Amino acid sequence: MAERRIRVLVGKPGLDGHDRGAKIIARAFRDAGFEVIYTGLHQTPEQIVSAAIQEDVDLVALSILSGAHNTLLPAVKEIMTEKGAADIVLMAGGVIPEDDIPGLKAAGIAEVFTPGTSTETIVGWVRDNITPHA
Amino acid sequence: MTLAERVLDGDIRAAARLMRDIDDRFKSAIEELKTLYPHTGNAYIIGITGPPGAGKSTLVDQIVSAYRKKDLLVGVVAIDPTSPFSGGAILGDRIRMNRHADDAGVFIRSLATRGALGGLSRSTTDVVNVMDAMGMDVIVIETVGVGQDEVDIVSTAHTTVVVMVPGLGDDIQAIKAGILEIGDVFVVNKADRDGAERTARELTTMLEMKHPDADGWAPRVLQTEGARGVGIEELVQEFDAHHIYLKESGALQRLIEERNAKLFADTLREELFETVFGAIKGNGKYDEIVAGMRDKSMDPYSAVQEVMAGRAFS
Repeated sequence: MAERRIRVLVGKPGLDGHDRGAKIIARAFRDAGFEVIYTGLHQTPEQIVSAAIQEDVDLVALSILSGAHNTLLPAVKEIMTEKGAADIVLMAGGVIPEDDIPGLKAAGIAEVFTPGTSTETIVGWVRDNITPHA
Repeated sequence: MTLAERVLDGDIRAAARLMRDIDDRFKSAIEELKTLYPHTGNAYIIGITGPPGAGKSTLVDQIVSAYRKKDLLVGVVAIDPTSPFSGGAILGDRIRMNRHADDAGVFIRSLATRGALGGLSRSTTDVVNVMDAMGMDVIVIETVGVGQDEVDIVSTAHTTVVVMVPGLGDDIQAIKAGILEIGDVFVVNKADRDGAERTARELTTMLEMKHPDADGWAPRVLQTEGARGVGIEELVQEFDAHHIYLKESGALQRLIEERNAKLFADTLREELFETVFGAIKGNGKYDEIVAGMRDKSMDPYSAVQEVMAGRAFS
């Protein structure tokens, strides 16, 4: 009965056609019992935030390999704040240099996973850090 | 303000949260739905069903565009399956339609089946009611990719659309029972493919075998190419024609009443089960029954009769 299921939006912002990583994460989340809304490729930050709000997700997990992470990820967080959805956790993964991670975290990205991270680690992080809305 | 009041006030986040409360079976959602109920009944509801890969999501995307051109507000409920093993789900219908995400006149919600078998999720009707109360003019429900028998959409939508593609089998498939009996409109999608004409012809022949009612609706077979938007205008015209038919023939009122009756029966069934089951689990009767079946001093049929007769739940 009344029990929250974790809902996650998995998507890829911007001009980046490499979706293997996003699909692996989506599948790992499914196997962990989460409901995953997969929005696919080439999403604008606006589309991602609108979808996250309409779907009432707890977490937005973005995969990004294009190098535009310093622009796109903070943009998503900003639009969330503008639309009164700053409580939705934003997480990212992809080819992101270590040096950029502190700046991204300062911009409100809760966690950044880089290549080589196991899906168990990522699912574990979600379980430890995401409490579904009451 | 309650969630329901915020929904009526046009608050998108409140609507999204209420849909989640409904899906997660929160008791509080019932109170909110009570408030919204008087504000429902205005939307035109279209159900899209058909086998996996027929192109349903792409067609929905095009239908949304067509209605937006007419300046109508559109809600979409898209249903995908829950994994029976993990309870998780990948809801991927948005991939085809997310270009509408930041259009304020469109609200798309993905639902997982969570064990329901009829092609919908059990919260579908309530989620549709929330969209209706939000003021959506048209609500499109996309079912799970169905096989032959998942026909719950009929009791939920005003117009049921069955989407087929060329090459799914011979004409005997088309006269079996099931989803081919439920369509008000039939679509052969991916009509640029070989065999589309033949599939359309076979479907038409099958539909003609049915004796038409005197003033009844005769379903037609349309051809579309969802990915290129071909045939969408004709499809939406057919929806309009069916909607007018429903209103003029009185069938719409009948559908609405059947839908209300079903919602009542479903809610009653669920409440009764939860009440009775919760009570006998709480007072030890359930453990007694399980123990009784173990040593064969009790059988499940007598146990149910006993619970009902003894009002062991009240």
